[in-house]
Order: sequence, then structure tokens, then C-alpha cells
Amino acid sequence: MDPLVEVRGAVKRYPGVTALGGVSLKVYEGEVVALIGENGAGKSTLMKILGGLVRPDEGEILIDDRQVTIDSVSRATELGIALIHQELNTLDNLDVAGNIYLGREPTRFGLMDRAKMRVDATALLARIGLPISVDTSLQDLSLAQKQMVEIAKALSLNARVLIMDEPTSSLTFTETEQLLKIVQELRTKGVGIVYISHRLGEVKGIADRVVAMRDGQNAGELSKEEVTHESMVRLMVGRDLDRVAARENVAGADRLVVRNLRTSRYPNQKVSFEVKAGEILCFAGLVGAGRSEAVQAIFGTDPRLEGDVLLDGASIAKERPVDSIQSGICLVPEDRRQVGLIVEWSVKTNITLPGLKKFSRAGLIDRKSETAAATAQSKSFNVKTGNMDVIVSTLSGGNQQKVVVGKWMMQDPKVLIMDEPTRGVDVGAKAEIYELMRRLTSQGVAILMVSSDMEEVLGVSDRVAVMHEGAITGVLLRRDCSEEGIMRLAVGKGQEA
Amino acid sequence: MKGLLRKETGIFILLVVVCAATAMKSHEFLGVENLQNTSRLIGMYGIFSIGVGLVIITGGIDLSVGSMFALLGVLLAMLLNRKENDWPWPLGWLDNRYWPWPVAVLSIIGLGSLLGTFHGFLITRVKLQPFIVTLCGLLFYRGMARYIAGDETKGFQDAKGFEALQNFVTGNVWGFPMTFVLLIVISVIMWIVLHRSVYGRHLFAVGRNEEAARFSGINTKRVIASTYILSGFFAGFAAILIAFYTNSVAPSSHGNFYELYAIAAAVLGGCSLRGGEGSIVGILLGTILLQVLQNLVNLLGIPSSLNYAVMGAVILLGVLADQLLANRRSAKNAT
Repeated sequence: MDPLVEVRGAVKRYPGVTALGGVSLKVYEGEVVALIGENGAGKSTLMKILGGLVRPDEGEILIDDRQVTIDSVSRATELGIALIHQELNTLDNLDVAGNIYLGREPTRFGLMDRAKMRVDATALLARIGLPISVDTSLQDLSLAQKQMVEIAKALSLNARVLIMDEPTSSLTFTETEQLLKIVQELRTKGVGIVYISHRLGEVKGIADRVVAMRDGQNAGELSKEEVTHESMVRLMVGRDLDRVAARENVAGADRLVVRNLRTSRYPNQKVSFEVKAGEILCFAGLVGAGRSEAVQAIFGTDPRLEGDVLLDGASIAKERPVDSIQSGICLVPEDRRQVGLIVEWSVKTNITLPGLKKFSRAGLIDRKSETAAATAQSKSFNVKTGNMDVIVSTLSGGNQQKVVVGKWMMQDPKVLIMDEPTRGVDVGAKAEIYELMRRLTSQGVAILMVSSDMEEVLGVSDRVAVMHEGAITGVLLRRDCSEEGIMRLAVGKGQEA
Repeated sequence: MKGLLRKETGIFILLVVVCAATAMKSHEFLGVENLQNTSRLIGMYGIFSIGVGLVIITGGIDLSVGSMFALLGVLLAMLLNRKENDWPWPLGWLDNRYWPWPVAVLSIIGLGSLLGTFHGFLITRVKLQPFIVTLCGLLFYRGMARYIAGDETKGFQDAKGFEALQNFVTGNVWGFPMTFVLLIVISVIMWIVLHRSVYGRHLFAVGRNEEAARFSGINTKRVIASTYILSGFFAGFAAILIAFYTNSVAPSSHGNFYELYAIAAAVLGGCSLRGGEGSIVGILLGTILLQVLQNLVNLLGIPSSLNYAVMGAVILLGVLADQLLANRRSAKNAT
């Protein structure tokens, strides 16, 4: 059988770097090819070439064994290739049908033919099994549902090859399952799917074949039988990674104590918990359980309706971020690019931003000591850039996250809150961030982590507090944790024996 | 930062070209008298443009300064010149009171800062949009100026008691007009504040990404409000210089469009209306270019009715060239 799409020896050079150094890829009808690799391995560039967003310097693309040139997104669409980006491209102010047919609305007498649009869109939703009305406004949908709308849109373009770039990175466990089910259905209908993900558990579950990339090259392939966590990691990083070792229970003093915290999202629920010095407490739960709101209310970026936050027994009365930072509570926010960093700025100015006062006299910045401190900091965190003046947006997700962590390390935190610390971060950088967390806890820092990545919840935390609709439904010690136990608490069924 | 430098270089070249062309066409351009008068104007416009520029760097806008000049100018004339002292209700209690000029000057600058504080309050605490708040200011202050002045032109004529002030602001230092000297002093101070201080870094952070700045522990509301206060402060300062320069204040036309000169100067000088970009040097160059253009229209005998058309065209060309260069740069990076 001929492949639907074949890429042969694709080369793409950017000034100073070779993003792709001769990569090949085949996608057959009715198969799910998982494309894995660390951030910066060239996966996205390869997909952009197929999607018509980037043109290769060398190499050829064949569709049904005929050589083609894909020089625009519309050409890719004509050829039956649809690309679903990591960041969703839906419009919240339109309804489902409007989103699916955006830019190619059916018309009648020059006016939009709403009726036809609704009928066609309804058929599409039925095909992917999404039980919502086509009149629903996108802003009322969950992230997973929005993702499905994107898939419906791709199908409406008669896509034969569907490329999905980290579709589950912002989805919850159940939403992920729902999405994977649809991917499987599409496969049985003969669609070729390229599935890019950092979540190896997912890949293992769904892929018919795994293609690994490393440094812009093919790093190897695994058939369905060969796929294991270890074999994939080995291909991606070229070495074995040790997993986070389980630790004995931490028996430090209470560092952060939160009592009766009420947030604006769930004003009727009160949250109380404590984190010991040197402990990693993880907030698990579904997206929308109020975890981010709770940690942001502690940090001061979300309003705190009621409740006390005590650090080493002393109450923090004011609730502005600046007060939290001064007393030693720092937050690595969920949305790295929007609020964690000023991505248009350099590594140096980002790292020093919260603590500029340390490098200033009479309000004026001492630029030498600023540079020296930032350089030392980013070296100790292994940010892969030779130059402190590199713009953050050009770094990979993992390096960006290290810059965020590094920026807070400058503040000598006593409590570090990390909201989804490894989202969109590749395996290698993930391991480094875990290593960092371990280093911090050994120095007595208390870490409060919010995570939706089950592997991370089970692998990194000392204790797990599960939240459901604004309330903590259970706190588990690590040795008592299981995926099922956490899920049960996360959907609010209470702790059962 | 490098891109910014290039932006300033671009407008600097444009300025040199315009100056050279004007100088070739008109011998008066480089005459002492013309240079003095142009730099006097540059001084006045530059001072309030810096204030407006700071607001723009945080991603805001201040449309109110032109009308502030009318209101503050009318007040200044009425406070200092007892012949003009005919206050309407409810300000009748000010009739025939003697205001020493230092008190009057401080009051005017204070009132400018106060109005700026009010703008900042409405924008950061009540969360109104800067455009709306300062647009209402533009209308309201103009109206108040006309009402307080009884729609009559107020001036200083030959009134006595404030000659020291008058001579100071309209005088020269070693041949340089005082307004120009003041602008240089203010620019140096504001350059340090904007480009070397913690406050300045915070200003750029807030303008570039307000949320990220807030998550980094910056009191973004305070930073934003402070720029409106500074803009009001510099507007009050400039109001005094402008009032003495024109020597009479016609409340319905005094300072008309001046807010747009400030915005144009800032944008020409590389400030982005989206915030997060800009420099004192750029704002200065923008101000100078606008005044040279005005001067060019006068000197070259271009009908003065075309005045605004010439300026509009040049600003458009400047911004267009900049955008084309930016597009080219990003295209180069993308492929």
C-alpha cells in the first residue's frame, strides 16, 4: 500500500540553526503515527511544512506517490491535509457552526445560508460524536469540546491526513479520553493521523507506530509492540532517564498554612491545608476544579474573599503579589507565555524583573550587577542560551519554563507555587525541572504544585490534595495514591476504602 | 532594544534630510532668529510630549492636554492679571484677590497634576478606558476654559507683578530659549528615569504585558496612574510656557490639537500605541521633526492652509516606512 503522504529528506535552515536536517516521514491510510521528540527537535517545523506554513529548503513531499509543492495553507487543504495547532484557532464570539465554516460560509443569493450551515455542521458533529448543538457559542464550551470543533472543521475540509500538535496539553483526564476515542474512530474511517504529544502514556495507548525525532533528524521508529515508556524516552533523549525516586515522608514544620480560603470562583467553598518545609504538595483534580484560583488567591493575583495565609506561623495580612513575593511566596503561573514571562523581552530582564530593587541604588539599576546575577542564575538552571540578551520567545518551552523558575529563585522563595510546571515542556527539560524541585525541597522550600498530568502527580508529589468544584475532597499520601483513587476524588465521589 | 535604536536612526535621517532640504531652499532656516524661535517651540511641545509619551509607553493615551492648556492658561492669566479678574459663579470669591506669581505657578502645575491624578484614578480604579476618560477631559476642560473666561480672550498685556516670571520663561540662556533649556534639563532627568531606573523598567513591563508585570509583583495600577499624573504635571508646566509665549489665551482655540502633536511626536519617535516601546530620544526627535515641518511650510511659502496636510503626509510616510522595514525584518526571520 502506498502512503497517503510521504516526506523525503526535508531540510529547513534558519539563520544560525538547521531546524530539519533531512527528515523523512510516511503516513498511511487509517493509522495513527505518533511523532515524539523533545521541544526543538523539529516536530513543529516538519508539521508546518506539511501544513503549508513553511517551505522546505530541500526534500520532497509526495501525496499518493505524486510529488507536490505545498506553498500555502489553502494548497494543503486542497491536498487533504489539515493541521490542528497547539493553540486553538477558534473564535469565542461565534457559535459552533460559524466556527466550522468560518471564511467559507455557504451562501444563497449572496447572503449567508444559515440553514445549510447548521445541517452540515450537525452532520459533522454527529460523525465525531460530539453531543452539542451547533448553535452553542464557543465560549460556553470546554477546551476539549473546542478541540473537537477544530477536528470537525478539519473533517469538513475532507481532510485525509489530520495533524494534531499536542491536542491534549490543556485537557483534563476525561476530556483526553474523549478526544482519544474520536481519534480512534477517525482511524477506522481511514484518516491518517499524525499525533504529536509529550504525554507518553497517551502515545502508548493510541499509536500504531511511533516516529521519534531528535535535533532535526529521524531518531528511530517503534512499532506498536515495541512501544514502552523507556524505549520512547531512549529514542527522544538518546539516553535513559531515571524516574523521580519515591521519597520517605517529609516530617518538617508547617511552612505554609492556609485556613478557610474562599475564592471568587467558588465563593461557597472553604479550602484549608498546609505544606511542610521541604514538602511537595500537589493539587490534583479536573480543570475547573478551582485549583488555579486557589493558588492565585494565595499569591494575590486573584481576589481572596476570606481566609488566612500563614507563612512560618506569621499571617500575611495584605494580599497583593508584591507582599507575597516579599514574604517569600512565589508563583510559577500556568500560562507561561501570557503571564509568566514577558516573551518579547530578554532572558536577563525577565529574570531580574521581580527583584530589580536588589540591583539598584536610589532607584537606579546597576546594570553590571544585574547582568552578573542573571548570568549566574541562568547557568545554575542550565538555560540553553549563550547570551543573556536572547529574546525569550525564541526559546523552547522547556527553557522558557526554566527562565520562569529562575526568576523566582532570585527571590529566595520559602514557598514556591507551581501551576502546571511542565505543560508543553519536553522530556529532558521536564527531568531538569523535577531535579530543580528536588533541590529546592532539600533546601527547605515548600512546593505547592497544581498538575493535571497524572504521571507527574504520582511521580513527583509527597502528598496529593484532590479538589472537586472548589473543595478539597481528599488528601492522600504518595504511597496511598493510585490513578483510580485520585480520579474518584476528582469527580467528587468521596474517599472510599 | 536594537530595533528601537534603528527606529530612532530612521527618524533622525528623515529629520536631517528635511532640514537639509529646507536649508537649501531657504536661507532664513539657519538664521539665528528662526532657529531661536523654532527651538522655543520645540521646548514647549517637547515637554508635554514627554508626558504623553510616558502614557503611551504604558499602552494608554492622553487626549486631554490641549484643552488643559486652554483651561490652565485662562486660569493663569486671570490669577496674575488683575484687570482680567472677573470670575464667574462659583468662583466669584477669587475676584480682586492678589496672587503672587510663585503661588499661581505652583497652583497651575498642581492643578494639572491633580487632573492627571483624576484621570489615573478613573482609568486604574474605576477601570474606564483611557481614550474615553481623556476624551471627556478634552471636551470638559475646553468647556470650562470658555466658561471661566466668559468666552473672552484673556491675556497678560502690560500687567505688573510677575515680570520676573515672564522674563524668565520668555528669555534666553546664552542665546538658547529658556523653554528649550528647560526641555533639555527635563529630557535628561526623564531619560534617566525611563531608561535607567527601576520605575522605568516597570513602565515598559506594564506597557508590554500588564498581566505578566502584575504576576511579577509590580503594582501595575500605581505605575499606570503615575504616568497620567506625570502627563498632567508636564501639561501644567508647559501650559505656563505656552501662555506666556502666546501672551494671550483665546479659550476656544488655545492649545487646539496640541494633544495630537504630542501623540504624533511619540509615534514618529518609535512609541507603539500598543505600549511597551518608546524612548525619550525618539520623542524628542519626533517633536523636532514636527516643528521643523511647520517651519518649512512657513519658510517655503507653502500656503498655510496646507499646513496640516503636509504634516499628516509626512507622519504617514514616516510610520509607513517604519512598518515596511518591520515587515521586511519579520519576513526575513520567518523564512
